[in-house]
Amino acid sequence: MDSSRIYDLLILGGGNAGLCAALAARKAGLGVLVVESAPIHFRGGNSRHTRNMRTMHAGPLDVLTGAYTEEEYWQDLLKVTGGLTDEALARLTIRGTEGHLPWMKQHGVRFQAPLGGTLHLSRTNAFFLGGGKALVNAYYAAAAAMGVETCYDTEAIDLEIEGDRFIAATVRREGARQRLRAKALVAASGGFESNLAWLREAWGPPADNFIVRGTPYNMGVVLKLLLAKGAKQVSDAMQGHCVAIDARAPKFDGGIVTRVDAVSLGIVVNKHAQRFSDEGEDFWPKRYAIWGRLVAGQPDQLGFSIIDHKSMGKFMPPVYAPVKAASLGELASALGLDGAALEATVAQFNAAVRPGTFDHTILDDCRTEGLAPPKTHWARAIDSPPYYAYPLRPGITFTYLGVATDAKARMLMADGRPSANIFAAGEIMAGNVLGKGYLAGIGMAIGTTFGRIAGEEAARHVRG
Amino acid sequence: MSAGEASPRLGELIEEAQRVLAICNACRYCEGYCAVFPALERRLSFTEHDVHYLASLCHNCGSCLYACQYAPPHEFQLNFPRVLAQVRKQTYKRYAWPAFLARAFERNGLAVALLTVACLALFFMAMALAGDPARLFRAYPDSEGSFYAVLPHGAMAGAFAVVFAYVILAFAMSFASFWPDTGELASEFVSPGSSGSATWDALTLKYLDGGGAGCTYPDEKPSFARRNFHHLTFHGFMLCFAATCVATLYHYGFGWKAPYGFWSLPVLLGTVGGVGLLAGPAGLLWLKRRRDPLLVDPSQDGMDLAFLALLFLVSLSGLLLLALRETRAMGIILAVHLGAVLALFLSLPHGKFVHALYRFAALTRFHIERRRPLPEIGSE
Repeated sequence: MDSSRIYDLLILGGGNAGLCAALAARKAGLGVLVVESAPIHFRGGNSRHTRNMRTMHAGPLDVLTGAYTEEEYWQDLLKVTGGLTDEALARLTIRGTEGHLPWMKQHGVRFQAPLGGTLHLSRTNAFFLGGGKALVNAYYAAAAAMGVETCYDTEAIDLEIEGDRFIAATVRREGARQRLRAKALVAASGGFESNLAWLREAWGPPADNFIVRGTPYNMGVVLKLLLAKGAKQVSDAMQGHCVAIDARAPKFDGGIVTRVDAVSLGIVVNKHAQRFSDEGEDFWPKRYAIWGRLVAGQPDQLGFSIIDHKSMGKFMPPVYAPVKAASLGELASALGLDGAALEATVAQFNAAVRPGTFDHTILDDCRTEGLAPPKTHWARAIDSPPYYAYPLRPGITFTYLGVATDAKARMLMADGRPSANIFAAGEIMAGNVLGKGYLAGIGMAIGTTFGRIAGEEAARHVRG
Repeated sequence: MSAGEASPRLGELIEEAQRVLAICNACRYCEGYCAVFPALERRLSFTEHDVHYLASLCHNCGSCLYACQYAPPHEFQLNFPRVLAQVRKQTYKRYAWPAFLARAFERNGLAVALLTVACLALFFMAMALAGDPARLFRAYPDSEGSFYAVLPHGAMAGAFAVVFAYVILAFAMSFASFWPDTGELASEFVSPGSSGSATWDALTLKYLDGGGAGCTYPDEKPSFARRNFHHLTFHGFMLCFAATCVATLYHYGFGWKAPYGFWSLPVLLGTVGGVGLLAGPAGLLWLKRRRDPLLVDPSQDGMDLAFLALLFLVSLSGLLLLALRETRAMGIILAVHLGAVLALFLSLPHGKFVHALYRFAALTRFHIERRRPLPEIGSE
């Protein structure tokens, strides 16, 4: 890190998108500096918690089975976003993924067959061997070998932008400030999900009960600076990927193991022991992303997933042991719920369950009748002790509020024209493609596509 | 091992392993690295026996530690390879036979090993001197049957036969208590399908490869160095062992007495094996000195070092014996070589070598389980 030098390219954020930009720009001959706010062990932002990339392919490709066409991918995206997506950028992302696989392997990323319990993703998502941290490690090693300079524990705190042109960034490292000049900037510093004050600003007091599933380092500083200095905004501060996770998870960085996949097998009640949504609306992988919001809407942002003995062991093993009791009354008291209320809720649910043939692998015919809200599939009476419960809280994974970009990853200014030398990639601009909802593995697809484009376009800009 | 002394610590260790395994089972990102992860995913919870089994299945390649999003300094403090390494030492002690020697795993360091070699070498020298003081320091041409001129063949063969029988018995007894605890039948172990696959995995060190790119050992950069040095060590050892077997056959079967010519089969096997057994342990020691301290259980360094040093000494003294067998130094070198070999064999049941026994048993069990349908333990 040298403040007397004018770097070709400064990259703020050393996660998947920033590293893809670094590798691509370095390959094109630029002198690249990556500034990462986390210490080395926690480098990589939320990429370190990822596990796969949703990938388009015409036929069996590497670890991917069958085919996953651009059109099917696009339809999947359209469905979850409800149209809140930029079709051109979305299709650019989708088409990019097929070529990413060999490029990623060339830079040391390794792939593996879908993990146990994730067969439903074997056609659409390419899993990283060792997960996202292994991917991040591989990219850092490749970047170092190519001569990319990296600074850890270094936080960007200010940006000098004149009109639509980046001049310099002020960074802080070990308390000392430095001004770093560069001919181009790639903003790849993620969203603001680690910034509890900002979350509270957006969500109000309920945000205090949110758990941040990923990195504690995504404070949204660069995002806020860019928006304040004339970038065009996409999406809004309340949009993001928010799932229901175990309430006992650590406040930050609990990652994938804090998930609770028991919801569709039983019922979910709030702190008043009342049900509040259809637990069996659709397959869990298609619904887990809405439950964060559902729990966020409940008093104290608390939910309790309750199952009985029949369902134990029929879902991915969660990391925290369930609360277990021989009767519903005991379960309620262990959870701090009103015993009579829980018994009444379960009795009412059990009475509404219609006979059917239970099959968790299809949308089966086990449903309730005359119950509000209904449970439309996999409804079985909760009557075989012991009973088990997992407490739930909203787990914010990442936020969609971002800066608008064009197809060259150039950041757009408020008037819609592209910046002269500012590029954006990854979560900080994911809202262009993902205005709401979530599709497993799309974050890495967006980060890799726009990271590579940002690096290449920055090189084109700098080298003229 | 006195159970009362070790139990609380062992209990804590097993609990820590169970905590770690539960995190891994909920994450599964490392599934493709080795056999341990697919094996743990067959379970919802982990008994103490499961922990011993999974620990012995782990080759400590280290890849999962560097890939782990929960590794220290993360608050989960998940160090999968190290906790399994710590469990392995407890496995060795728990199933040791005779049990009163289980403490040897704690104390079996370099000093003990070298002292044993020295004692045994002195014993052989004394035996030679007792017969005729002059003959230990004489030079013999090969035609005079040098070795047996110093030490009678019967004494050598007798000592080795007794020690060898003890080693076999100790391993058989350890295995006989380990295997039933896995819950598998003895007949499953001997079924050729599973043990055959395990043999292949063991001979090729299939899982000492970090899922294909090499172990992250001694540091984060994947490399095949450790596997290659282990191959040199193991196959070097086997060639030396084969040399001994061929020589035994020559002696008893054909009445051909040692020393054998330089181009004879026993000497060729022993020389090639000996070179491997010099380079292998030396390389493993060199890697070990540079490895990431996060990866291992330092309390086992003494045991590891002692084993590698004995292997190296056996090979070095054997090769020296070959080179100098017609000189006056032969008598002393012979005594040291015999002392080293005997010390090595005596230490086998209570030293690092036992990892081979439990690793092979664990690999066999892995293949037995793999042939069964996946238990219905749900999906996302």
